[in-house]
Amino acid sequence: MRKLTLAIAVIVPMLGHAASAEDSLKIGYIDPLSGGGASVGEGGLKTFQYLADELNVKGGILGHKIEIVPLDNKTNPQESLVQAQKAIDAGVHYITQGNGSSVGAALSDFVTKNNSRNPGKEVLYFNYAAVDPSLTNEKCSYWHFRWDASSDIKMEALTNYMKDTASIKKVYLINQDYSFGQSVRTDARKMLGAKRPDIQIVGDELHPLLKVTDFSPYIAKIKASGADSVVTGNWGQDFALLLKAAADAGLKVNWYTYYAGGAGGPTAIKQTGLDGQVFQITEGFANSGNKAAMDYEKAFRAKVNLSLWYPRAVNEMRMFKAAAEKANSIDPVKVAAALEDLKFDVLDGGQGIMRKDDHQFLQPIYISSFGKLTESEPFDEESTGWGWHLVSRIDTPQAMVSTTCKMARP
Amino acid sequence: MLELIVISTLNGVLFGMLLFLLSSGLTVIFSMMGVLNFAHASFYMLGAFFGFQLTKWIGFWPALVVAPLLVGAIGMAVERYGLRNTHKHGHVAELLLTFGLAFAIEEIVSMIWGKSPLDYRVPALLDFPAFTIFSTNYPAYKIFMLAVSVIIFVALLIVLKRTRVGLIVQAALTHPHMVGHLGHNVGRVFMAVFGVGSALAALAGVIAGPALVTQSDMAASLGPILFVVIVFGGLGSLPGAFIASLVIGLVQTFAVALDGSLASAFGPLDPSAGPSVLTDVWNVTIAQVAPIVPYLLLVVILIVRPMGLMGTRES
Repeated sequence: MRKLTLAIAVIVPMLGHAASAEDSLKIGYIDPLSGGGASVGEGGLKTFQYLADELNVKGGILGHKIEIVPLDNKTNPQESLVQAQKAIDAGVHYITQGNGSSVGAALSDFVTKNNSRNPGKEVLYFNYAAVDPSLTNEKCSYWHFRWDASSDIKMEALTNYMKDTASIKKVYLINQDYSFGQSVRTDARKMLGAKRPDIQIVGDELHPLLKVTDFSPYIAKIKASGADSVVTGNWGQDFALLLKAAADAGLKVNWYTYYAGGAGGPTAIKQTGLDGQVFQITEGFANSGNKAAMDYEKAFRAKVNLSLWYPRAVNEMRMFKAAAEKANSIDPVKVAAALEDLKFDVLDGGQGIMRKDDHQFLQPIYISSFGKLTESEPFDEESTGWGWHLVSRIDTPQAMVSTTCKMARP
Repeated sequence: MLELIVISTLNGVLFGMLLFLLSSGLTVIFSMMGVLNFAHASFYMLGAFFGFQLTKWIGFWPALVVAPLLVGAIGMAVERYGLRNTHKHGHVAELLLTFGLAFAIEEIVSMIWGKSPLDYRVPALLDFPAFTIFSTNYPAYKIFMLAVSVIIFVALLIVLKRTRVGLIVQAALTHPHMVGHLGHNVGRVFMAVFGVGSALAALAGVIAGPALVTQSDMAASLGPILFVVIVFGGLGSLPGAFIASLVIGLVQTFAVALDGSLASAFGPLDPSAGPSVLTDVWNVTIAQVAPIVPYLLLVVILIVRPMGLMGTRES
């Protein structure tokens, strides 16, 4: 009798596990969970786990429970491919990644090759934050879908705003030395040159990615250049430390950024005391004013204890569900076909569309500034008492740039 | 331009002094035991994390004293129960021990405190601009870091060169058996030196934590540059480590501050103007290569003067 009980005790949980593993829909989350990018990667993981739990409560996708499989890539393209292979071997058909366009390019290429070599075992790559334009232009792939606005779309919107700000005379560019940072600097030079030829670019800096621990030499250089505005695509600790060094040196300039809201950023801005002088461009933010999004933010913060830094991840998972339901299948090939030209109401309000030509999601985007809040703006960041304040909303038709993608379709 | 030079010099000296706090212990331990202590930068990291935790519990100033003492005690235990036992198996075993220790400490730290950067703030007492030159503020905390480093340097020099304790330590470095025969406990000397070296690294961690980033990869990112410092300065030489720290601190800071590329050195004859596959190479700026400059220095010094700047022996 005891033996039988023991056998049941051992076998039953195994059966249960095997059954759930077969049913579950695994999404490989490949992002940094250690090293300089860890803070960003961990935030993303918590967001996706929250989204998976949320969908699972309502029965998952077509009855399949969603399971997020965390894989640490250390922000390294080579390591990412090892992790992607590991995920595929474990039966994953969907991978999602965001931090680092160098990683994004490697993964897109890897997935494309994998799918041409293993028909019937296709893998889709859902990109929620790698914004290098080349991923939806010369390096575009049918198997890659991007939910974040690409770097050139963001720069287009940002320079449209800067163009009308007459006080900008001297601009300093500081970016990370890799594909994304380089695309920010070239786009900024090109677009500012076209829209405001009178603006002088007084500095153009590239520094190593996630390696600098003290930015004071760079700040000294910005100060010496006499710049009144800085444009930067820095993210993670590269932004937080940059602002921290600026605060220490008392550098007072306007900051036009992509990722000022990332972990550590708001704290650093509060330290500098730059009320309303740090701008960021995103597809949504806590105080956007949209009722549904703000309720969502509240629930998210209560459960995860973080602010929702990736509204695009919400769009990604919801659209994944919509596409799977439209195709009535979780087969990656059918889901990919269903995603093309799929229209979708985004979290922060308004309609977006997954453009068929290049698999870039087109959506409304927002410019916001960081500082003291008014009554109608309930959300602060990192307990600073300061939060994001709407500066400008750019609707989908104005937030588009053309693509050169010539997609090879299966 | 003058502003940039003054600020860069200050920043460079500061970074150099921080490197010195770390390398002083490492270089003495190296000449004592003949092996590189791979875990040295890990003691620096432990210092920062202990500093962060103790600051929460008992405040920054007590933490500044207690954290190095704790780490010093850990260092002594490592020497007494780890290195002394592996010593008889030769240098490779000792090297592997410190190597493994470095990984173990990193994993333990990230298990306890996580892998994200900690919010380790500058104490309120020192959170103000010390002075303003050319409209740039220089934070008081950085002056404090500088002062601590200079005090430690002077104290170390006096202890090693002017006291009986220093005499015995120096003798034990080169002639351990003779010192033993004279009735001194050489084992205890080694243990004490290892402890003091670890404590100094921890002190550097406590004061650098709030100014730089406190996270579990800080040891790995600083470790390699320490080896550059001690090889560059000459193994076992304190003045050598001091000079090398300052040189590397200044070189790294100024490399960032300088604009200019290989191409611009040619003035109007700029070779990158012509069509060439090498255009990218010509246009790489000094700022972009800043992170590899110290390692280039290491290679050059090993070729030109293998014993280092102030070193006395070849190995």
